[in-house]
Amino acid sequence: MLSYLSKRLLSSLVLLALVTTLTFALVFGGADNVAQNILGDNATDQQIADLEAKLGIDRPLNEQYGTWVAKAVRGDLGMSWTMGESVSKILSGRLPVTLSMVVLAICIIGIVSALLGIVAAVRGGWADRVIQLISVVGFSLPNFWLGLILVVVFALNLRWLPATGYTDFLNSPTGWLASLALPVGALVLSGIASASQQVRGAMIDALRQDYVRTLRAGGIKPSSVLFRHALRNAMPAALTVLSLQFIGLLGGAAIIERVFAIPGLGSVTVQAALSGDIPVLMGVVVTMIILVVIVNIAIDLANAWVNPKVRL
Amino acid sequence: MSAASTTPAPASAPGRESIVRSVLTNPLGLVAALLLLLVIVAAVFAPLIAPFAADDLQIFKINAPPGDGYLLGGDGSGRDIFSRLVYGTQNTLVGALIALSVAAAIGVTAGLFAGYFGGRREVVMSWVADGLMALPALIVLLAFYQSLGSSIHVSMIIFGVMLSPGFYRLTRNLVNGVKHELYVDAARVSGLSDMRIIARHILLVIRAPVIIQVSIVAGISIVIQAGLEFLGLGDPAVPTWGGMLQDAFANMFVVPTAILWPGLAISVTVASFVLLANAIRDRLQQGDRVATAPKIPAPAPHPVGTAPNDAAVLLDVRELVVGYPTKSGWTEVVKGVSLQLRRGEVLGLVGESGSGKTQTAFAILGLLSTGGRILSGSIWFDGRDIANLPESEMQKLRGKRIAYVPQEPMSNLDPAFRIGFQLTEPMVTVLGISKAEAKARALKLLARVGMPDPVRTYNAYPHQISGGMAQRVLIARAISCKPDLLIADEPTTALDVTVQAEVLELMRDLQAEMNMSVVLVTHNFGVVADICHRVSVMRDGRVVETSAVQSLFADPQHDYTKLLLAAVLDDVTPRVYRPVQAKEVSA
Repeated sequence: MLSYLSKRLLSSLVLLALVTTLTFALVFGGADNVAQNILGDNATDQQIADLEAKLGIDRPLNEQYGTWVAKAVRGDLGMSWTMGESVSKILSGRLPVTLSMVVLAICIIGIVSALLGIVAAVRGGWADRVIQLISVVGFSLPNFWLGLILVVVFALNLRWLPATGYTDFLNSPTGWLASLALPVGALVLSGIASASQQVRGAMIDALRQDYVRTLRAGGIKPSSVLFRHALRNAMPAALTVLSLQFIGLLGGAAIIERVFAIPGLGSVTVQAALSGDIPVLMGVVVTMIILVVIVNIAIDLANAWVNPKVRL
Repeated sequence: MSAASTTPAPASAPGRESIVRSVLTNPLGLVAALLLLLVIVAAVFAPLIAPFAADDLQIFKINAPPGDGYLLGGDGSGRDIFSRLVYGTQNTLVGALIALSVAAAIGVTAGLFAGYFGGRREVVMSWVADGLMALPALIVLLAFYQSLGSSIHVSMIIFGVMLSPGFYRLTRNLVNGVKHELYVDAARVSGLSDMRIIARHILLVIRAPVIIQVSIVAGISIVIQAGLEFLGLGDPAVPTWGGMLQDAFANMFVVPTAILWPGLAISVTVASFVLLANAIRDRLQQGDRVATAPKIPAPAPHPVGTAPNDAAVLLDVRELVVGYPTKSGWTEVVKGVSLQLRRGEVLGLVGESGSGKTQTAFAILGLLSTGGRILSGSIWFDGRDIANLPESEMQKLRGKRIAYVPQEPMSNLDPAFRIGFQLTEPMVTVLGISKAEAKARALKLLARVGMPDPVRTYNAYPHQISGGMAQRVLIARAISCKPDLLIADEPTTALDVTVQAEVLELMRDLQAEMNMSVVLVTHNFGVVADICHRVSVMRDGRVVETSAVQSLFADPQHDYTKLLLAAVLDDVTPRVYRPVQAKEVSA
């Protein structure tokens, strides 16, 4: 367990170091006209040079990187170039919004996919056809387009739900749910499309195992064979899919937050990308990698709990 | 497509034509192929098809409704939506092609090398692949946007790199699967170079799965590209589907319908790729699937005949026929088997592999594999015909009256649960006793079947005990509810020879102790001599001879029995005639 955690953390640190270095080199290396972008076309050369000196991007790349790393390991990700706040403050304000949306989405994906996948594996029939249909439709409809359609139908025409905006859970749980219903609805379809197929496959595999026949021969109830034995053995595959879904949702959130004007990590990423706010982008990359690492470790721990053969 | 550039197809590609043809005969595959053709035609001949140039604007047609020359209406700047859709295909397809080429070139090449050569290279490449897959692609593309510039095509190169792990894993797994096939070994032995083996033998195997992956990745690329353009990351001068969606979004409150067209274009194109992939996959999987199950014959009149007169007969199988559906109808694997088993008797069911003995056993348990059915005949168990009994009724018999010991002990215990749970669960379910009592009984049973440390075994997981111990656990579980009939399917075959003797000894003792009836499926005459009272010899789904054990060995009637005995006696003579040896070993 300890050796697993230390190994995992070590490889995560290597990943973090590699990706941030690469991102830094590419992003800062390509940041030729940042000052120009920020100041606009009318800026004089002197103004541009002053701003470059102020932001520190007139220094050699390796020097800038050294400063960034030295500060970052102490939790200081620098000041945003365009938003007038520290990166840490921006991220910590935005992260909970995105997380609450992604976590809600992953829960829905998990539950719906498990139900659909299990019914399809056991019964076939309509659930099988639903899964086949969803797998094509969910894959083909871009989530942001689905989001736009949901807005037109449920917000503009039916006026059931707000078209844009975000209500904090602590202020109003129902308002929170109402503000997230459409974005989460747009996010989950493609996730359900792939996860339900995986659950179906894993359940079919589990139900084909020898011990399932032997359990039935021993008079064990079908419900126990299905939900206790087969489901538990199908769980590792399903959990792995969910971890990949989580990564996909973090990216998908960027576009969906834009559609629904949700002040989360995704919309700040888009804003920073368009305006060339590099410290914010670096902060986002670091946050995302840490999130992914945490989720992967959690999935590994869950797998170890489900599958006694895995010893961490 | 681009995969073709990385996969030098063999000069003659048997099967390629047939894949194309069978995909086109699949209705969905045909529709998908036609739609894709349409998209490609639109991209190539855009200037001929589009009535207006992409950036022709007519100021009075801003957000205009369809009609008056603008087939689908005008956009937020007064440009023709239809013309821009047509021009948008070019950009979409080029972007998808770029991402696809990069992903396939990197992924397939790396996968081939990692799979074929393995070793440290594979470890490193797999680590890189895992790392790439751990990154949210869209976030990375956003982060790189400023340095990559506004050309969406450069972003698609990066996206191609991020998609390459999919190709890498697929190719590596496929190569790992085939590289030890005999024909690849043969090619190696005959002196072909590694490169030629990869080019000639391995690429042939991975071709179809890679084509499927190409379709999927093309779809993903189109969606992501549109997403980036929708966010405003593309070149505003180039007409794109994503950019059009952005424009429609900005004017959503004026003309909500304008969001339909670009989205439909994206969805239909992507769906075509997916359906094409599905059509190819269906064709690949056709081999092991029955397209349409044959008509199920009317169930045999039930019950068949009457219960046996003699109350001492526990099991009376009459003219049992078991079949499985295939393309050409029902294939019978048991073709009219009759067996009789008296109370307290051990009946050996002997025959070579595929003679139908296991299927007969499963039919008695009502646990035939998917699709299998009892087509005719009857199974009288304790005065009742249980052939084709409803599952709920059958479930009441299993465990309590009829129990089962399987052949392969390790795969027949659920790896996710402790032995203790797997032993007590049937007792709690079938006998309705409390968990505590079940535990007490389970520990006693474990001791009875010869576990040196019952508590430790009780708390162990299946992978922590040996095969012989696992088989004892399975026997303990089978007898835990005191069944009248035990069906043991080759209970010793998977075990070491010394352990075989011990397990057989245990079964004989338990049988005598509980006066159980046992059907023992085996191909081993040594086992038969050890434990059985009577023997039925099966061949090709039929019983060819049934007699008492002594008379079978002394005077086999059927030629096939003689043949089997002759084959066996040469090998294991000592085991057949010295059952005493078993006692010495276990003592």
